[in-house]
Amino acid sequence: MSGSEFVPLSLTPLLIGVFAAVACALPGNFLLLRRQALIGDAISHVVLPGIVVAFLLTGVIAAGPMMFGAAGAAVVAVVLIELIRRLGRIEPGAAMGVVFTTMFAGGVLLLEQTDTSSVHLDVEHALYGNLESLIWLDATGWASLVDPVALSYLPPELSRMALTLLGVLVFVTLFWRPLKISTFDEGFARTLGIRTNMLGLALVITAAIAAVAAFDAVGSIIVIAMFICPPAAARMMSNRLEGQVGWSVVFAVVSAVLGYVLAGYGPLWLGASDAVSAAGMIATVSGVLLAVAARFGPCRLRSGAPAGV
Amino acid sequence: MTLELARDNGMPTATNGTAALEQSPFAIRGLTVSYGEKPAVFSVDMTVEAGKMTAIIGPNGAGKSTLLKAALGVVPPVSGRVQVFGKPLDTQRARIAYVPQRASVDWDFPTRVIDVVIMGLYRELGLLGRITGRHKAAARDCLERVGMADFADRQIGQLSGGQQQRVFLARALAQGADLYLLDEPFAGVDAATEKAIIAVLKQLRAEGKTVVVVHHDLATVTDYFDNVFLINTRKVAEGPVSEAFTADTLQAAYGGRLATAQVDQLGVAPVMGGVY
Repeated sequence: MSGSEFVPLSLTPLLIGVFAAVACALPGNFLLLRRQALIGDAISHVVLPGIVVAFLLTGVIAAGPMMFGAAGAAVVAVVLIELIRRLGRIEPGAAMGVVFTTMFAGGVLLLEQTDTSSVHLDVEHALYGNLESLIWLDATGWASLVDPVALSYLPPELSRMALTLLGVLVFVTLFWRPLKISTFDEGFARTLGIRTNMLGLALVITAAIAAVAAFDAVGSIIVIAMFICPPAAARMMSNRLEGQVGWSVVFAVVSAVLGYVLAGYGPLWLGASDAVSAAGMIATVSGVLLAVAARFGPCRLRSGAPAGV
Repeated sequence: MTLELARDNGMPTATNGTAALEQSPFAIRGLTVSYGEKPAVFSVDMTVEAGKMTAIIGPNGAGKSTLLKAALGVVPPVSGRVQVFGKPLDTQRARIAYVPQRASVDWDFPTRVIDVVIMGLYRELGLLGRITGRHKAAARDCLERVGMADFADRQIGQLSGGQQQRVFLARALAQGADLYLLDEPFAGVDAATEKAIIAVLKQLRAEGKTVVVVHHDLATVTDYFDNVFLINTRKVAEGPVSEAFTADTLQAAYGGRLATAQVDQLGVAPVMGGVY
């Protein structure tokens, strides 16, 4: 494929896909080890009512209010999950399940009741995103990467996702050590003076920001898959946290690139005429990678797990 | 109706005076902890004597571990006050090493033995301090002291229970603390590990450190410890083993759960007058 075709049509969706996948996979590692992996699932579902409410209040489809609505809904969900867990004495997984299904269903009802048929806001969009449509039509080839005029027309999702990834990277790098210690042994971490509650909250908020930004760009399917699949596959590749996180980034990038390419060209190779959803294919590839790691990874046995876990 | 059996043992540390509070490496006043409606620990005072090994004993569910965890801020207390070396706890974190119960963590966590020990250097390393050869050598020294140097590069899940416990002790040693607080370090470990751990603890005491252990095996109390602290939600007794670890105090702490025959085997002073 030549640059004049690749740069405008495929470069930006690929980059956005990669950034979104890595931004979700990084906090996903810690969430997975803390048995909170479903948080990504929960957040990506609960943003739907948030976005609908933002639309109802403002009446426009604009990134700013939508992101605010989504972030607000994510905060409400996190608080609700904590409340149900404490008051109802329900295990965290069940509390998350209750909150995200209820809020997602509420969002669907709200969506049906409001006349949004005239605008592009529907459940399908929420699930799959529209990665393929995030193209850079002002680009004419590789030279456009240094052309300020063309660069100013880059899809805003790209810079937003890049900024989110940068934020996630800074958080994980800066708090690597306390995150590692408190994920392994929270009681010990507290006696060291690490404020584990604040850190746990910061981790969830970071995950929520990554989820909301990625949801806006690529839909909830990728978000859910990237929070769990790359870290889970990576755990079976390494017995060190550094190794696990490194592998999870590799798996996230491979899923995004391979998924995007397969979605665009796979059906053509198989004789079909239309491309399939890139988001769906990326999530599928991440699942296949997990299955392969589960079968062939060098660290598949949960050797030190307590009985029954 | 607090049972105050430790009243007349002549120990300055067993009083509530401010002098004792100032001198003690670990002093707790009026600590109450509740997980539900019923308190797990109720209005407990404890004054640990410096340079000694103290056992916290009591029946299952008596609040032994909870007392330690709440005093260290691992679980939130309802009320109470803790002083470490006469100062507020938060200013003295660097002088404390805590060893939680082995079963409280997931040993499948992706990390190696040496990495766990290096976690003990966190206060020295800070957020972004580089781990140098000196740090690794210090961690290996600590593993050597607990007889685990050969396991430094193993994934922690590959260890036996006793080996895991020794790694936790090595992590505490790496902290270079003055006060060591261990939660059930002998629970479910092999005899060799128990010997190794007690040897290290006695060595710490010889270096002038203070050691507090939540302990469940009454048979070894007299052998291992200088002082005991008996608890059953409330404080039952506190003081030197010879004075506070008696048939009286044991009956008060364990009630009917401890058969008279068992008490006899411990070789402690007989129950006097059947008061309890």
